Amino acid sequence: MIVELGHYALILALVLTLLQSVVPIWGARIGDQRLMETAAPLSLMQFLLVGLSFAILMHGYLVSDFSIKNVYENSHTDKPLIFKISGTWGNHEGSMLMWIVILSFFGALVAAFGRYLPLKLKANVLGVQGWIGVAFLMFLIFTSNPFERLSPAPAEGQDLNPLLQDIGLAIHPPLLYLGYVGFSITFSFAIAALLEGKLDSAWARWVRPWALLAWMFLTIGISMGSYWAYYELGWGGWWFWDPVENASFMPWLAGTALLHSAIVVEKRNALRVWTVLLAILTFSLSLLGTFLVRSGVLTSVHSFATDPTRGIVILGILIIFIGGSLALFAWRSSSLTQGGLFAPVSREGALVLNNLFLSAATATVLIGTLYPLAYEAVTGAKISVGPPFFNLTMVPLTIPLLLAMPFGPFMTWKRGDLLGVMQRLLTALGLAIAAAFTVYVMTNDGPVLAPLGIAVGVWMIVGSISEILWRAKAFQTDFSETLRRLRHLPRASYGAALGHAGMGVTMLGAVAVTAYGTEVFEEIKPGQSIETAGYTMTFKAIRPERHANYVQDVGVFEVSYKGQVLDELTPAKRLYPARQFPTTESSIATYGFSQLYMSLGDVQKDGTAVVRAYWKPYVTLIWYGTILMFIGGALSLADRRLRIGVPKRGQANAASLQAAE
Amino acid sequence: MRFFIFLLMVFMLALPAKAVNPDEVLTDPVLEQRAREISTKLRCLVCQNQSIDDSDAQLAKDLRVLVRERLTAGDDDTAVVDFVVDRYGEYVLLKPRLGGHTLLLWSSPFVAFGFGLLALFFLRRRSDEDAAAAAQLSNEEEAALNQILNKRD
Repeated sequence: MIVELGHYALILALVLTLLQSVVPIWGARIGDQRLMETAAPLSLMQFLLVGLSFAILMHGYLVSDFSIKNVYENSHTDKPLIFKISGTWGNHEGSMLMWIVILSFFGALVAAFGRYLPLKLKANVLGVQGWIGVAFLMFLIFTSNPFERLSPAPAEGQDLNPLLQDIGLAIHPPLLYLGYVGFSITFSFAIAALLEGKLDSAWARWVRPWALLAWMFLTIGISMGSYWAYYELGWGGWWFWDPVENASFMPWLAGTALLHSAIVVEKRNALRVWTVLLAILTFSLSLLGTFLVRSGVLTSVHSFATDPTRGIVILGILIIFIGGSLALFAWRSSSLTQGGLFAPVSREGALVLNNLFLSAATATVLIGTLYPLAYEAVTGAKISVGPPFFNLTMVPLTIPLLLAMPFGPFMTWKRGDLLGVMQRLLTALGLAIAAAFTVYVMTNDGPVLAPLGIAVGVWMIVGSISEILWRAKAFQTDFSETLRRLRHLPRASYGAALGHAGMGVTMLGAVAVTAYGTEVFEEIKPGQSIETAGYTMTFKAIRPERHANYVQDVGVFEVSYKGQVLDELTPAKRLYPARQFPTTESSIATYGFSQLYMSLGDVQKDGTAVVRAYWKPYVTLIWYGTILMFIGGALSLADRRLRIGVPKRGQANAASLQAAE
Repeated sequence: MRFFIFLLMVFMLALPAKAVNPDEVLTDPVLEQRAREISTKLRCLVCQNQSIDDSDAQLAKDLRVLVRERLTAGDDDTAVVDFVVDRYGEYVLLKPRLGGHTLLLWSSPFVAFGFGLLALFFLRRRSDEDAAAAAQLSNEEEAALNQILNKRD
């Protein structure tokens, strides 16, 4: 009964969303206030119903209701509680339902917190949000119904893919979806602006926080996915240029560009047409990502079911939304005029440069990801585009951008002073060169370019700190004045500096681990040991273990450094009997920012095993950097200007009404 | 328990260990280093987008051994790669060769960047013209202005 309630809620949500996608926009066209005002309650209802249906599916997982086909196929009574919860979205139907829950969540946020939004804009935004909702609800109900029943109900489920039985599944997809789907809001704002033919800096002031919010979650979502792959796949790679990774990286690149161009619209009322296009493209790339992952065009751990009809339906949605919005853009964008002139060397110029590089990078990743698919479709022959291609093309496209990054925040609007900025960045330049030199002297192997990579990271971090100090007039005035200025700097300034510095921190980690990481693998018996980077791992024993839903052979290793015992590492070979699926469980010890990473290969009858150990210097900086970026975004979002900066239209109207009376 | 251990053993034996195994490693460290570098550029054909250096599939192991055999036989890096491509096709290369069929791919960063630069150039020129046009008064505006000025006189 409760399951049917979930199914019913989903269908009711579709009906309401159909209304939401027509009524408010019609109201906005004919200027009917009552019709426009239906948008907010419809959005809230949609969220409640979709949320209810998601909660009911999760309930099915919690009580192991195998009469639901979806639960039977992806769960097991012995599965730990946390994986019963996360298993709800560890499959195609459930993850699509979560996609829709998050979509309607963002719609509900706009409905609830958009009180001061101009009514017409709000009606159009929520209406467009409704279009997306209708498309995906129909997709879910007609091709991927999570509430399909089985009769008679099987006694036991088929268990969840063991690679997904990890805390990573609880964290990574929700965060990533918050990012992906968050860009639907900026998309809806862009379409609303095109429908209305009106785009002013108030519009940008509304769009920017949403872009920022989506970007923050996409950043941290990708980062968590990267850490998950790092420890789960057993050899410590953290970025693979896998098509599925690229699918999330493209909206990130475009979203980062959007974030920066929206600043120009808000402050200088320039780049408006471009920003609208970028908002459309960013969400289009999110949709493309959803298509690539969900359609089974690419098979990987991310695609749970390969069903060609689903792929065709998502492709249809993709074509309608991308084609439709671009056509609308082509038709209506001339109604949005360009404004705000600026010199090439200026804050605006710096942000344009940022957009140029990020767009080129997005295009390269896009073509690199789709080229094999297109090539096979056209010629029938197969071709691979892998990490060597992306490393080769992305490095020249990103290094100039990263080098230019510290300049941007120092630039003044309209006309900047490059020479003056150079002088202010001399400390950062000096420290970067010193860092490169130190690294060069201290290491005797590793790639020649590695010290330069370290220098770039240091340059970005120190450059960002320099900007804050410069704004606070540090060392130029007395200390108390500097402190006063530091206190009064807008949070957005701190946010930007932290975001930029975080990028530098990630860069440092990436360069260090790529250039100076070491690897050792040997076949050893208990009692023997292997060594890398000065650490000795002594093989103590093989310990067989039996757990609720898996069995494993655990290798017990004692880690010592210069004769001192530090840790015990326990890499394992695991088997999930329900699916007959073996996995490799790595074991990691963290020392400062570096990690010692071990994994276990074949275990022979006499206990001999192939043992792998990797020294990953400063590897955690990669993820700490993204956390800094996330915090930077949050600081910006908390800026007073974004919270209360929008003029309160309601009051203004009331005042003008009184005046009229 | 025994049954599970038995299953575990069966699977362990069926599954080769992760990536390069100690028994594959060449004694000459220089050759081995070259083998590793070549391996990262060759695709494991039965896996998802993994190089043979990272993959634990049997085919990847065979290819790794093949690469090392060719290197030991005295082939240079290009010859080894050609040897593999001749047998498995270009699909095996993670970095596709530059040619007519991949021109679009390899030129994409330059085209994207160049296109962006061109667009900036033209937009800038147009906005300069717009600005110039905005600085000039239209005939009507001029007439209106004259009228106002005349009134004041």
